[in-house]
Amino acid sequence: MDDIDFAYSGEKLTLKNVTLDIRNPQLISIIGPNGVGKSTLIHCMNKILSPTRGTVFVDDIDVSQIKVKELAKKIGYVPYSANDTFPLTVIDTILMGRNPHSTWKTDLKDDMKIVKEVLEMMDIVPLAMRPFNELSAGQHQRVMLARGLAQEPEILLLDEPTANLDIKHQIDVIRLLKKLSIKKNIVVIMISHDLNLAAKYSDNIIMMADGGVFAVGTPKDVITEDNIRSVYGVEAELVEHDGRPHMIIIDSDFTEEDSKTLEGSYVLGEILHKRCSGEES
Amino acid sequence: MEGIPTEDRVDADYRSYLVRKVIFIIGVLIGCIVVAGISLTINGRGIEFFDCYEYIIKHILGYEYEYRTEDWFNDYVLWNTYMPRVVIAIVSGCGLAICGVIMQSVFSNPLADPYTTGVSDGATLGATMAIVSGLTFANVAGSLGVVINAFIGALVPAVIIILISGAVRLSPATMILIGVALSGVFSGLQTLVMYSADPEELTAALRWGIGSFNQIQWSDCVIPALVTVIGSVLSIFMYRNLNLLTLGEASAKSLGLDVEQFKSLCMVLVAFMAAAIICYVGIIGFVGLISPHFVRMILGGDNKYVIPASMLVGSFFLLASDLIARLVVFPDELRVGLIMSVVGAPIFLYMIVKRKKGYGEVF
Repeated sequence: MDDIDFAYSGEKLTLKNVTLDIRNPQLISIIGPNGVGKSTLIHCMNKILSPTRGTVFVDDIDVSQIKVKELAKKIGYVPYSANDTFPLTVIDTILMGRNPHSTWKTDLKDDMKIVKEVLEMMDIVPLAMRPFNELSAGQHQRVMLARGLAQEPEILLLDEPTANLDIKHQIDVIRLLKKLSIKKNIVVIMISHDLNLAAKYSDNIIMMADGGVFAVGTPKDVITEDNIRSVYGVEAELVEHDGRPHMIIIDSDFTEEDSKTLEGSYVLGEILHKRCSGEES
Repeated sequence: MEGIPTEDRVDADYRSYLVRKVIFIIGVLIGCIVVAGISLTINGRGIEFFDCYEYIIKHILGYEYEYRTEDWFNDYVLWNTYMPRVVIAIVSGCGLAICGVIMQSVFSNPLADPYTTGVSDGATLGATMAIVSGLTFANVAGSLGVVINAFIGALVPAVIIILISGAVRLSPATMILIGVALSGVFSGLQTLVMYSADPEELTAALRWGIGSFNQIQWSDCVIPALVTVIGSVLSIFMYRNLNLLTLGEASAKSLGLDVEQFKSLCMVLVAFMAAAIICYVGIIGFVGLISPHFVRMILGGDNKYVIPASMLVGSFFLLASDLIARLVVFPDELRVGLIMSVVGAPIFLYMIVKRKKGYGEVF
């Protein structure tokens, strides 16, 4: 789905010679350190940014040749954070996901049906009439995801969909994404910082480093001790569970001894503890 | 507490939520009609409140009176002296409120409107130049030359702001600062132009400084009304896109909106409407700013309802301010622009101080 790709941000290259070919419905995670161009890559895919060299193809059609509205029927995008300057209700927010499909004769009832489905799926029916800006971070995230789903795209791009969520909700969301890729036949591409979750649920992982693709493949191929060391500069030990790699962080410079010798934080912690338990007024 | 809404509940809730919005809009509409009626009763001929409506409705229906009878005079005075004033108040209220809604959505910025961004000052400069340079100073208001000049003047700050907003992310505060800078430049230039004008031109040019509905005639209503009608129809059709823009540019684009093109279209529309109104009634600040906020506080942010409701609220504000302007120093008149500033500026201040978390601070 994706050919040679290349983008500028200002005068510095953020993406260099990225070539990807994504086929078949599946869940793909893009991982990599901060600032390597994960978001830039996603933005190139759905035309928010246009590559300075190279072309992005969706269904063998050059993205730059498609009208924004047509593209929006194929690709949904869930941004990292939402703008709530002029908050709408949750239901209105999700309804906007129907925009790419709307024509002047679109019936609100049909759209509402889809919106209700999505509300159920994301388990946010009780929030329907609440203003978007009054929700918690996790609820925010789910509403945005719901909006992406209401768009009914063939490809769904997500920028850190699990940020701000607790572990339970993270798992829920990723499982849902995985399920969607199978049930609705869509390619789900998400940016993730949680290597363990990415490894556990993704079909394929794209590991990025320094504006380029460092490794692509199944979690087992990509999440290796060597790769983590060279991309993140972090030592890790991998344990296999259910055929999926799991990462345990090894920080040999920082042992249990170190955490005790950090006088300052230890003392502060003790004072806080005393205050909280009322020993010191 | 309410129970957990089921699917049908969602439908029902949503419907009643829409009905509430429509009720609010109808309420404001009635308010407008009442205030307009009160305004008409200050007519110097002692025509009563309900009689005013009767005369106006009869006139619209084409009712003819016998020449020079009491009724004929009443009708003549009401229709030709007082009605244009009411109409221009409604038209400018609608127009400026739409400008406010559009600009606030385009910049995702609650403090944007033609007045705070210098568009008004640009238009004023354009108009002043037209008057002083002798393009069209025979008739102060009512010449197309002034309108076109004001339009070009309004476009300059509009374009500058679009260019700046493309380069830097504008927080509400930055936006206002840019507005201050632009107004500074334009009012400075305006003073410069006025400095070289003779007294007659100067008086004419000064009219633009403070908005007023004094001495408005039917002929002055034509262009503002036309432009406002076109603008309001367009903006009501664009409500979906305006909603999308408030999500932020990336989201708007990913939901199928050609952001750059739409923004430019919006700004041209705003410049046109602001110019058409400003060059007939002068600068009236704060209507465009306050009306949409007032509406959003009550109806929420859906532009489908914010646009028509703001139009009505804007009209209501201007009708009411004009009424106050005429009542305070009866039978002489204050200027509506003054009243709007005196009332509007504190509300504006209040809004800045009360800015809630995340208010316009994107990301």
